[in-house]
Amino acid sequence: MRVTVNGELHELPEGSTLEALLRALELPQDAQATAVNGDFVPRASRAVQALSDGDAVTCFQPIVGG
Amino acid sequence: MKPFELAGVPLNSRFLIGSAGYPSPDVLARAIEASGAEVVTVGLRRQLAGAGNDNGFVAAVRARGVRLLPNTAGCRSAREAVALAQMARELLDTHWIKLEVVGDEYTLQPDPVELVEAARTLVGLGFEVFPYCTDDLVTCQRLLDAGCRVLMPWGAPIGSGQGLVNPFALRTLRARLPGVPLIVDAGIGAPSHAAQAMELGYDAVLLNSAVAQAADPVAMARAFRLAIEGARLGYEAGLIAPQAMAVASTPVTGRPFTL
Repeated sequence: MRVTVNGELHELPEGSTLEALLRALELPQDAQATAVNGDFVPRASRAVQALSDGDAVTCFQPIVGG
Repeated sequence: MKPFELAGVPLNSRFLIGSAGYPSPDVLARAIEASGAEVVTVGLRRQLAGAGNDNGFVAAVRARGVRLLPNTAGCRSAREAVALAQMARELLDTHWIKLEVVGDEYTLQPDPVELVEAARTLVGLGFEVFPYCTDDLVTCQRLLDAGCRVLMPWGAPIGSGQGLVNPFALRTLRARLPGVPLIVDAGIGAPSHAAQAMELGYDAVLLNSAVAQAADPVAMARAFRLAIEGARLGYEAGLIAPQAMAVASTPVTGRPFTL
């Protein structure tokens, strides 16, 4: 199946979880927050958050801000 | 100065400062120090390809001993803002959120409808919501109805440095919402603007660009600190009412050479 991660297309095995995706992409688990299709997915739920074909995953990290 | 609380947290400084746009992390750290601010705003952004962690930015700001106030900058709907606020809470371990929901790309004016909806949802999720709003009284009342305990009306559009473009509206808010902590957020360009807000009876000011983009941000941070403290003291001391005509200050009777 195909999902986008921060706008980039990625191929994943069927039934992959959000946690598995982050691990495969070597994205640090604790340094970012995640959303799937615009909905927040807490860190504790990533291991049970199954992804589907066409899902849009976004990862956020802190930056400077006003 | 009188004790000051935001959302139940006692603070000494009435200056909330933003962390964006400084020439270097070192200047940012020194500007925070010079400002005396105890609350610093931060943002979140989508992870960029190939980017690692936050380069220690958050730890460096936290090391100043300040409280973080993450924002939802860039959000255009309540749904986006609610999701981003939840992410900020997880990443930064704070339930404080500066709620920004922009409704117009040209002025970056807050969208009152989406703002109130997001505020209501976030308060229900346990957040302490600091809404960045316009100076519209009824919108502010709706935000209070939604559970906000602090309001942050704009002085002028973000980053414009125009100061308080509608003192009448800000004065009205202060008069109609006497017990509510009010913070002028956005549009302040000079220490005199911040002083004006404090003299109107506002509880604090939040600004970023006026310090970060100054020729000497550290000195400007101190300038704002002094202006805010001075003007707040002036407000508490009781400003005299303006008079239409001259009122002699020297106690003479009549004219000195005319008997």
